[in-house]
Amino acid sequence: MRYLLRRLGFLLFTGWAALSINFILPHLMPGDPAQVMIAKFQGRLNPQALKALSDAFGLTADKSLFVKYLEYWQRIFSGDLGFSLTYYPAKVTEVLADAIPWTIGLVGLGTIIAFTLGTLLGIISAWKRNSPLADILVPTALFFNSIPYFWLSLLMLYLLAYQLEWFPLGGGFDVFAIMGIWDKVGSIVYHAILPLTTIVITAMGGWLLTMRNNMMSVLADDYIIFARAKGLSDRRIKYKYAARNAILPSFTGFSMALGFVIGGSLLTEVVFSYPGLGYILYQSVISLDYPLMQAIFLFISLAVLLANFMADFIYAILDPRVKEGGE
Amino acid sequence: MSLNNIKLFIKNKKALFGAVILLLLLLVAIFAPLIAPYSPHQVDFAPSLPPSSTHLLGTTSLGQDIFSQVIWGTRLTLLVGFVTGVITSIIAIMVGLIAGYFGGWIDDLLSMITNVFLVIPGLPLMIILAAYITVKSVVPIIFVISVTGWAWGARVLRSQMITLKSRDFVKAAHVVGEHPLRIILFDIFPNMLGLIVANFFGAALYAVLSEAGLAFLGLGNVNAITWGTILYWAQNNQALLLGQWQWMAVPGMLIAILGTSFALLNFAVDEISNPKLRR
Repeated sequence: MRYLLRRLGFLLFTGWAALSINFILPHLMPGDPAQVMIAKFQGRLNPQALKALSDAFGLTADKSLFVKYLEYWQRIFSGDLGFSLTYYPAKVTEVLADAIPWTIGLVGLGTIIAFTLGTLLGIISAWKRNSPLADILVPTALFFNSIPYFWLSLLMLYLLAYQLEWFPLGGGFDVFAIMGIWDKVGSIVYHAILPLTTIVITAMGGWLLTMRNNMMSVLADDYIIFARAKGLSDRRIKYKYAARNAILPSFTGFSMALGFVIGGSLLTEVVFSYPGLGYILYQSVISLDYPLMQAIFLFISLAVLLANFMADFIYAILDPRVKEGGE
Repeated sequence: MSLNNIKLFIKNKKALFGAVILLLLLLVAIFAPLIAPYSPHQVDFAPSLPPSSTHLLGTTSLGQDIFSQVIWGTRLTLLVGFVTGVITSIIAIMVGLIAGYFGGWIDDLLSMITNVFLVIPGLPLMIILAAYITVKSVVPIIFVISVTGWAWGARVLRSQMITLKSRDFVKAAHVVGEHPLRIILFDIFPNMLGLIVANFFGAALYAVLSEAGLAFLGLGNVNAITWGTILYWAQNNQALLLGQWQWMAVPGMLIAILGTSFALLNFAVDEISNPKLRR
């Protein structure tokens, strides 16, 4: 219980820090972002949008930074994140709500598949080390781990969708066809295959390497040698003794890995015009839509923090020692 | 690194392979003016030529020689990787060693900051930072990647510091009354060198991939020539749809190869300094 309370405390603290960074960044930058934008959009934005913009940055009155900071929190708790400039007159929250399910589906599924496959291959590569198959796994994983996500996406798009026409060229589903519910599900799955494959291929290597190294360390421990001496079956030693302990550090490394996968998925979405957060983040960056940009960063940070908290939770179930205190 | 470790390094196939690739790319970067047949900015060729003997990788839509761009791009790409790797490592070493050595509230504070940076997703933060800064050179890009990338190393080095601190030789140095700075620099630091080197290559890999991603989104300085910006221009001129696939394939493949060499070195150094991973 103490462990989970401490993790909860950490969740709240990092949440506060991430949101404060989100607030302070535009104020640290030279020049007033709102002024820059108003100059940029001169004549292209209607008066309401300009008003929304100056509200979002607290431009209206010469308030102190601290007052602006308090107002920022007030807006977050009331769920009012202002208007998007790119998708004006849509509210930022509406734009986000449309995009979130796509990204959560893609990143969530991608992470689960990559984690499972990578971990299993990692076990094999540590267990059968010095066999040709296991030896080739490590350099292969290192290579796939070093491929830029967006580049692999582009090549897959070009070869499998454009040249061979096996897959659609982009989007989340076929917007032009009138479909029943099952056809729509089918269309969504069909559109998700390529982006998902890209994410799994590039993310898998990291899990493989982590698991392999953990497994190697564990296999050198005394209790494994003792288990062998007792004459336990290989299968039992491999999964119940070694893998179960080796998988624990994978959960502590989860935060870092998830950050990578999210970064990669954002780029993958851009390439596949996949209607998720990455795509609208890109749109907001090229059109300098600061309110939308801030809101996306805010949401992604909170989602990652929550996912981490969940990873910690699973960790506590898998390793009862952490619940008793200690690290 | 003792002589023994250097022997292990040469015998380790992964380390050797990674080092050879990196050395080759370094040579290409150093001798870029000699290898590249044209200036990377020269625009007086026919646009969108396919690969030929005069233009090994064809020309861009603006009529620049792609091969020369790729060769010159090696310089800035490697520079971003190395400089960012060094800066990231320095931050990680300082934070990790200080937190691990002194413990107490210093450790609590530094670990808290480290964990915050570890958890906040890097690329979105980089995108936001790069969008606010006006990018006129690669310096802001190096800054942005370093700020977001040091936390993992700091965490690893901190735990190594805590392990080493409880070793007898460090305790002995303490009892003799040596200055903490001297203990850190001369007793502990040499024992962490393997980990620090491994961490440097990890950071360099992160930097190269991040630079490519930011450049691809048009957030770098798109007029500087790196492999990332070449990909940006290839994408913006629809290289693939125009059949200029080599414009897209070659720089991306080189990023992957450079990344693999960093990753191989990272992995191998880790393997050499941690005997449990060998066998």
